[in-house]
Amino acid sequence: MITRRTALIGTAVAAVAAAAPALAQEQLAAAAAGTASADGLPHVKAKLVAPPAVMAHEQVATGGPKVVEFTMTIHEKQIVVDDEGTTFQAMTFDGSMPGPTMVVHEGDYLQLTLVNPDTNTMPHNIDFHAATGALGGAKLTFINPGEQATLRFKATRAGVFVYHCAPEGMVPWHVVSGMSGTVMVLPRGGLKDAEGRPLRYDRAYTIGEFDLYIPRDEDGNYKTYESPGDAYADTIEVMRRLIPTHVVFNGAKGALTGDNAMTAKVGETVLFIHSQANRDTRPHLIGGHGDWVWEAGKFANPPERDLETWFVRGGSAGAALYTFRQPGIYAYVNHNLIEAAELGATAHVKVEGEWNDDLMTQISGPAPIAV
Amino acid sequence: MRMPVRFIAAGFASAALVSFIQGFAPPPDGPETVRIAHASVAYREPGDFLRDGAPVNGPRREIRADTPFEIMKRQVTRGEYDSCVAGGGCRALDGGGDADLPAVGASFVDAMRYAAWLSGTTGALYRLPTDREWAIAAGTRFRDDAYTEVSDPKNPSKRWLALYDAEAAGEEAVDPTPRPAGAFGANERGLLDMAGNVWEWTSTCFVRHRTDSLTGAASEHENCGIRVAEGRHRAYLPTFIRDPKAGACSVGLPPANLGIRLVREERSGLDGLRNFLGF
Ligand SMILES: [Cu+2]
Repeated sequence: MITRRTALIGTAVAAVAAAAPALAQEQLAAAAAGTASADGLPHVKAKLVAPPAVMAHEQVATGGPKVVEFTMTIHEKQIVVDDEGTTFQAMTFDGSMPGPTMVVHEGDYLQLTLVNPDTNTMPHNIDFHAATGALGGAKLTFINPGEQATLRFKATRAGVFVYHCAPEGMVPWHVVSGMSGTVMVLPRGGLKDAEGRPLRYDRAYTIGEFDLYIPRDEDGNYKTYESPGDAYADTIEVMRRLIPTHVVFNGAKGALTGDNAMTAKVGETVLFIHSQANRDTRPHLIGGHGDWVWEAGKFANPPERDLETWFVRGGSAGAALYTFRQPGIYAYVNHNLIEAAELGATAHVKVEGEWNDDLMTQISGPAPIAV
Repeated sequence: MRMPVRFIAAGFASAALVSFIQGFAPPPDGPETVRIAHASVAYREPGDFLRDGAPVNGPRREIRADTPFEIMKRQVTRGEYDSCVAGGGCRALDGGGDADLPAVGASFVDAMRYAAWLSGTTGALYRLPTDREWAIAAGTRFRDDAYTEVSDPKNPSKRWLALYDAEAAGEEAVDPTPRPAGAFGANERGLLDMAGNVWEWTSTCFVRHRTDSLTGAASEHENCGIRVAEGRHRAYLPTFIRDPKAGACSVGLPPANLGIRLVREERSGLDGLRNFLGF
């Protein structure tokens, strides 16, 4: 049954957003008066890279606020999501799941040109959780195949934030088809602990977790479709049962294992950014920890220390900083272990270096039970 | 009479052309149609209109049927649609339905296949109406979809809020349960159930129009992955959508159901073929 509520969820959210924070009102007033303070700021062009890599960036900003320009092209494409060759009609920002991670500093302006080539079949847009107003920009970026739009927003809050596609009436389908990614807004002075001491990282990885809902035929085999539109009706049916057929990092089972495993060295500090645009998850580094964890991903809050597992709410991104102290292969998983082992949510980190006997020693190896 | 027809546009086009050349006449037992001639309606151009980047309403003007056309008096029934399924021309609809009630849950693609199949079996040329034809046929039942004149390029939220209020004050939710033909009455042209609880696909593509008031430059961008469906209000829907409840209207409740009403071409030859193919 159709209800006014389901029909209007989008516009209702817009109205609430427009009515709420004083900050937004001020910015709106400033924008309306043509006094946007991005005028005259230097523009820099950012070079995006495919996840799990994160674009080159300064951890501590030098100089004042800038306008950082990005371009992303939307690609609808068929991908393979597991070892069995299961195909999936993916919709992606810039060709990857998740889309590339965009990095700016608090007070910068993020300016995105979003391109929807005419080889695509669907309209798309983008909702930045880091942005204020217009459904995160979705209302101002809705583009059909063959169109592009450019949006600029001020990065007023520091943290890692999800972005995702949000076309009216089809939001969940586009999101679980691959259209999400992360914006990282760093504090201008860089990351800090609760006492204000700086926290640095040697490398950053970005992990996007996706729950996939792939239809099967009468024999239980996964179906293949020609286009996203062909897959739509069947996919919605599977989605409505809320049981994913796959839960994967970066678009496919094994996207971050084997040759594609993340790497680090003993003594290095790694920032793990973990986003899930739709569904709750609980990252865990097997054999390691989260030394400093912004579980909700927002850097104005002090990081938690020494976590074993951290909770990333559906529709958010979290960040964890860890210094590797022991070499070996680490598994980075969603610690719903059924999802990790059976549905695909497992990544690996290959860590080279010297073994630390003090932290762990095998006193005696496996042997018959001593009587 | 049944002709073998391949249900792709080119295959069908050649079959249709053959039928014209051979001069097949529509059989007397085809679905009843109403001839629309000398009719006019105040028509709002469909699609999005951006003036200097800000959304505004499209132009509204009187349009008339330049050439007469025949349109089905009532919507295609489930029984008629299922004959197409049985004949191999259509994909089965989801769920059951009474054969005498209007077919609901049909996508644009389904509607196109049905039109091709019906043309093939009858020898007449059936096609979806254009949005203009639908509006002319609907007459007083055609609803203007400009809900507000508010448009402030400096504050886009004014239009969003105005549209939201217009919708809140707008139409009542309609019971989506399919009703027998005639349950929503006839309009002044004698067409049954226009703007009832079953929206009807048109062949008209979604178009975004841009104008620049300084330079006078204008451009259009057409997206035929989205088509206009007409009913109690105008809706823009992707061609593969059968169940419209997810909501695809710019304003208002989503369509209750999606169904089919076809135009039967009066003219033979290339005009009709061109119309059918949407050139
Ligand atoms: Cu999208």
